[in-house]
Amino acid sequence: MSEVAAGGPHEALQHHFADLEQQRTASSLGMWVFIAQEVLFFGGLFATYAVYRMQYPEAFSAGSHHLSWRVGFFNTLVLIGSSLTMAMGVYWAGLGKGRKVAGYLLATILLGSVFLGVKYFEYGEKIRPCLGGGTHAGCLLPGASFDPSVLHVTGATGDHAQIFFSLYFAMTGLHALHMIIGIPIIAVIARMAVRGRFSPEYYTPVELVGLYWHFVDIIWIFLFPLLYLIGAH
Amino acid sequence: MTTQALALPKEHYLNAGYGWRSWLLTTDHKRIGLLYLVSITLMFALGSFYAALVRWNLLVPDGSHMSAEAYNKAFTAHGVIMVFFFLIPSIPATLGNFLIPLMIGARDLAFPRINLLSWYIYVIGAALTLYALLAGGLDTGWTFYTPYSTVFAQSNVALAAVGIFITGFSSILTGLNFIVTIHTMRAPGMTWFRMPLFVWAHYATSLIQILGTPVVAITILLVALERLFHFGFFDPSRGGDPILFQHLFWFYSHPAVYIMILPSMGVISEVVTCFSRKRIFGYSFIAMSSLAIAVIGFLVWAHHMYVSGMAVYSALVFSALTYLVAVPSAIKTFNWTATLFRGSVQWDTPMIYVFCFIGLFLIGGLTGLFLGNLGIDVHVTDTYFVVAHFHYIMVGGAIMGYLGGLHFWWPKITGRMYVEGWGKLSSLLVFVGFNLTFFPQFVLGYLGMPRRYHVYPEEFQVLNVLSTAGATILGFGYVFPFSYLFHSMFRGEPAGDNPWGATGLEWTTTSPPPAHNFDTTPVVTEEAYDYSRPPKGAPVV
Amino acid sequence: MSQHHVSRRVYLAVFVALCVLTVATVEVAGHDFGRLNLVVALGVAITKATLVVLYFMHARYSPKLTGLVIGASVAFFFILVFLLLTDYVSRPWPLVATG
Repeated sequence: MSEVAAGGPHEALQHHFADLEQQRTASSLGMWVFIAQEVLFFGGLFATYAVYRMQYPEAFSAGSHHLSWRVGFFNTLVLIGSSLTMAMGVYWAGLGKGRKVAGYLLATILLGSVFLGVKYFEYGEKIRPCLGGGTHAGCLLPGASFDPSVLHVTGATGDHAQIFFSLYFAMTGLHALHMIIGIPIIAVIARMAVRGRFSPEYYTPVELVGLYWHFVDIIWIFLFPLLYLIGAH
Repeated sequence: MTTQALALPKEHYLNAGYGWRSWLLTTDHKRIGLLYLVSITLMFALGSFYAALVRWNLLVPDGSHMSAEAYNKAFTAHGVIMVFFFLIPSIPATLGNFLIPLMIGARDLAFPRINLLSWYIYVIGAALTLYALLAGGLDTGWTFYTPYSTVFAQSNVALAAVGIFITGFSSILTGLNFIVTIHTMRAPGMTWFRMPLFVWAHYATSLIQILGTPVVAITILLVALERLFHFGFFDPSRGGDPILFQHLFWFYSHPAVYIMILPSMGVISEVVTCFSRKRIFGYSFIAMSSLAIAVIGFLVWAHHMYVSGMAVYSALVFSALTYLVAVPSAIKTFNWTATLFRGSVQWDTPMIYVFCFIGLFLIGGLTGLFLGNLGIDVHVTDTYFVVAHFHYIMVGGAIMGYLGGLHFWWPKITGRMYVEGWGKLSSLLVFVGFNLTFFPQFVLGYLGMPRRYHVYPEEFQVLNVLSTAGATILGFGYVFPFSYLFHSMFRGEPAGDNPWGATGLEWTTTSPPPAHNFDTTPVVTEEAYDYSRPPKGAPVV
Repeated sequence: MSQHHVSRRVYLAVFVALCVLTVATVEVAGHDFGRLNLVVALGVAITKATLVVLYFMHARYSPKLTGLVIGASVAFFFILVFLLLTDYVSRPWPLVATG
């Protein structure tokens, strides 16, 4: 029991908890419950995807073909790598090695930033044609300027392709937003680690941000085949 | 009554700190409960104002009191405010926040700062939504159906959507806090089956908040994306399906009605056993039925959509499931009634609200079965029959429970007692006013009067006038508790630790409780509702 | 209760497995399994997700309650999708003729 050691409660123990173990159990459960609601949050998008893919297989196939599976493949490996570095960060936190923790968390941020950078370029090539005047050839942002001809489809399938790209931007956009929120939080925790705020008895924030980051990775594990690899044969 | 004069304890959570910051930066779950109480009371008053506008317009059949556009905005504002800003938070954020740690013998909720954050999120969401409602208004109905809301409406859809989206996270965080607290912070000896049923009810409610709210959150986000950036999710011109919006919306909004009623049922369980002086009948059935309602409630949503154009075979499945969800509610009603049987019933104000609840919830629930039937629903859907049904549940059920709970725990929260005579008078006004308002609406709906219409056929005027008259009486019934409860905070008689002689850990503390709840962590050795002997702290007769 | 420590070798092994499965994800997309295409793709994805949950997120070494939370969220996601699809799947079905 951590209260015994220095003749007083651990500095991280909050007053309403009986001991650090109860605090840790509660914090961990809290993050899992938060992740549960995130499953349903993204779940609404996946359900929408399921409905429309079932109804418009040609449009979804055409849209998916247009996405670069190589870029998606690369990004998937990058994100899985960032999950490894995050897991290593949590590992070293459990052994009280603050500087190693910070190192691995920074590596996670780096890999996450690479992912986001790639996404920026992916979005750019789809959105740039939509800006300014002119024909908007190649514009893939849903709306008035959407140009289905670059997908080699016409008519109703072209309209339905707008639904595919609405889902593409909404799903990958929401995912990217979760990474954009996560990265500064990881940075704050890396700073705390460097300053020796964690110990083998208390490294809960590292664990919790790890859970969050792995969840974000899992979402992408599903997004990659569902968006990039439809009917690739 | 005890012969010695009662006095407030010297130190308690209300005088543990003074000034703005001690309230606005508090992490004490009891103070946060009161912050919510003030906020939702304000929202209830605003929602009632819009209800008054609606009922005023319906006094005359030709809609001459206001334009159709104004009427649409009035009923939309009434629905949005009452559902999202009053009913959903009501009991959990006020009584739940205040009582759950006390009831399980804990010092606070698991995450006190997140608790405060959830209140701020509520306030910010409310401010944004109110701005949308007041500056220009919203005319889509609280249900936001597409493609009207995404393509054609000329009102503040996106702003209101963002406001409600934000508010949803207040609900999610409250649910998260309750779940973790109940799992990890129960006092030694307080097993799951020794917990008060109020806590079980809030646990079930929290499950719904966690699993359901995110789906409406993403749905609202999609509406905003479609409206602002012309994305295509529900737009028929691009192959989108407006019915998909309804599916996603009701996936949350049906379980949401169980968020609104389950906490109230928790209150009823606590009050009925105390004022029958008898252990509650069927404790484990009531506990398990709360979980059953939470789970089955997720399986029935499309009963709101029978006539939308969805597939009939799917509608059949949902109809069958809808009949299933009535069973656990019926189980509770039977158990409360069995608790009354051979009990020693005491007619204090909280108990009067229990009787109101049981009778009115019964009517509301049974009419829900009529609506769940595909054949009947074709005729009464989107009529006043539906309006009457859900007001019997929401007002006749949920709000009666809320008022009963407020009166029951008022002495614990404030340390003072209200004047019983006023309590009884107000409950009478509420009961009479409520039935006069909403029973005629069953008849109107059955006769075919559609809801959300600015005008109606002349032959319906008498019933509409009766309904508006009832609403006026109901309004007075609500204003009185606001006055006498507020007044009692300053001039009420000190109540003592346990004025009702109730079981439960919250009654073992002082009234009001100390800021840290318990001097020493209680150890629980008994079942929850042992009324065979006088509970600790009960007044000596 | 001390926390179980997952060794670095396990993390590395999971990482390698995830990379291999990612290659597999692309591979199987190139084959036509007919009606099973989506099932196979999701099967690979679910396998990857399971590895992340069990080992990176330590679910394998966590209390049973964690498994319950994960199970509940997945179950209700399936309820959403499955009951939703009952509408879309049965819309084209013919209505029973009357009279």
